[in-house]
Amino acid sequence: MEAFFNGLPYAVAQGLIWGIMAIGVFITYKVLDVADLTVDGSIATGGAVFVVTCNAGMNVALCMLLAFAAGCIAGTVTGLIHTVCGIQPILAGILTQLMLWSLNYKIMDRANTALMKDTFITMNIDLLGYTITWALLICIGIVLLLYLFFGTEFGCAIRATGDNEHMSRAQGINVNFNKVFGLMLSNGLVAFSGAMLAQYQGAADIKMGSGAIVIGLASIVIGTSLVSKLTRNFAITLIGTVVGAVIYFSIYQFVVNLDFSTELLKMLSAIVVLIFLAVPNLKKKYFSVKRSKKVAAEASVAEKGGEENA
Amino acid sequence: MLEIKNLSKTFNAGTVNAKTALDGLSLTLNDGDFVTVIGGNGAGKSTLLNAIAGVFQPDTGDIILDGVRLNGVPEHKRAKYLGRVFQDPMMGTAANMQIDENLALAKRRGALRGLRWGINPSEHAEYRKLLLTLDLGLEDRLTSKVGLLSGGQRQAVTLLMATLKQPKLLLLDEHTAALDPKTAAKVLDITEKIVSENKLTTLMITHNMRDAIRYGNRLIMMREGKVVVDVSGEAKQKLTVEALLELFTKASGGDEFLSDRAILS
Ligand SMILES: Nc1ncnc2c1ncn2[C@@H]1O[C@H](COP(=O)(O)OP(=O)(O)O)[C@@H](O)[C@H]1O
Ligand SMILES: [Mg+2]
Repeated sequence: MEAFFNGLPYAVAQGLIWGIMAIGVFITYKVLDVADLTVDGSIATGGAVFVVTCNAGMNVALCMLLAFAAGCIAGTVTGLIHTVCGIQPILAGILTQLMLWSLNYKIMDRANTALMKDTFITMNIDLLGYTITWALLICIGIVLLLYLFFGTEFGCAIRATGDNEHMSRAQGINVNFNKVFGLMLSNGLVAFSGAMLAQYQGAADIKMGSGAIVIGLASIVIGTSLVSKLTRNFAITLIGTVVGAVIYFSIYQFVVNLDFSTELLKMLSAIVVLIFLAVPNLKKKYFSVKRSKKVAAEASVAEKGGEENA
Repeated sequence: MLEIKNLSKTFNAGTVNAKTALDGLSLTLNDGDFVTVIGGNGAGKSTLLNAIAGVFQPDTGDIILDGVRLNGVPEHKRAKYLGRVFQDPMMGTAANMQIDENLALAKRRGALRGLRWGINPSEHAEYRKLLLTLDLGLEDRLTSKVGLLSGGQRQAVTLLMATLKQPKLLLLDEHTAALDPKTAAKVLDITEKIVSENKLTTLMITHNMRDAIRYGNRLIMMREGKVVVDVSGEAKQKLTVEALLELFTKASGGDEFLSDRAILS
């Protein structure tokens, strides 16, 4: 248990970093209503671009912007494959992810690269407080910007696109452009989170994003189940998603401390996600079955009563 | 003025499923015309409205609205000139957005959507007044999600959205068909009111002959992708269901009368 509590600051730091990725996934999965699998690749693209440019001596902030831009390009490619070539978004994402796998290798010229420079985000326990503060500030900034953006005319049109394409087109909204833009913004954020993750881990790796979509979805589901009863406010839902990511990594931390062999961790994280995704559905099913049974029981009671009266 | 010249569309051309939905159709609408459109199932009524709206490109023919040739103009750009309400009440509104947000989206139809606020506080008074005219109690529910409304309420809101920014042409595709009779009558009354107050040029498809006769100043009947009956003015005023059925029988050569009668009545 003590090990778990000692591990919590790491879970918080990781949760905040992955929370930014989850916000990116939120834009496609929740706002645009598209399942985008580009993210598994674009998170590593962000990490790779950051490490390579940073090692080349560029300014850290600039490197992070470059990582964001690289993710934007990846998202745009997925968007164009979907809208121009007419391929389902899930397949379009898989195709881009595959391309990125090779591209990420090319960017680093190998499968992984260590970061040669100290930045403001690190796993070093003495500086973990700084890391958490920075990550928190960045999260808050991103949530604020997105909250403002989705309140603009353009942002509203993107929300409408995800809600009802028919209505959007009838109201003069260019749905294809909006989808490409949403995918671009989403993957830009994902790659940005990849750049932070590379700093946290001290290296970029072409495998650093494998299974990322699952973590993103889990964070969203945990987050929305936390806040949806209280409010539908967009900013609070985004914050909930980041909190969801922190909870996810805390659970992960707890499980790791149970002394599981590391080979089983992927299986475990899939199960954690499965539970969080399935519980709301099963609950709904259980309650509707229960309700219909109750209705049936009441009906039969009423019938019996009727017979007795007769 | 809307001019449609020699419009044709064959779906799945060159396959066994080829279906000619529009067959050299020509039609001219004068400004302020309120035209009701009837015809049996598969006559091409929806296809005509979709061709005008730009859902697909026709095989041949021209669509000219106030001198602007619409061929090749994508659907979302044509929306600038068109107001549309669909048969399915779910199709015309964004369910997860609020009533005011939906109206604000419609108010900006045809305008560039930039980084100004998606809705201004000053718009609320305007929307409240508009919703008040519907007399459905929606004026106090501006911030409700549209998904919480009934089908009839949603169609009424869609009508407002289609006409909030005055369209050059209003396209209504059986927009009351999915509603119960009482709600349908109410939505039709609202339609009539909006159309006449704004003098909108309108094409309204209906499967109800009585409605087709009661509303509008002109009635057209379609069959196999063509306009086969076109009545307006006084002749339209004097139409009865019986007379209309007779016209339809004549137009279809008599053979389809029985099967289509049920659909039209
Ligand atoms: N997208 C489509 N693909 C193939 N066939 C279609 C399509 N849209 C309409 N049709 C066919 O064209 C004909 C006319 O359809 P429609 O215009 O919907 O008739 P209605 O007069 O009942 O509205 C029908 O036979 C229909 O099956
Ligand atoms: Mg139809």
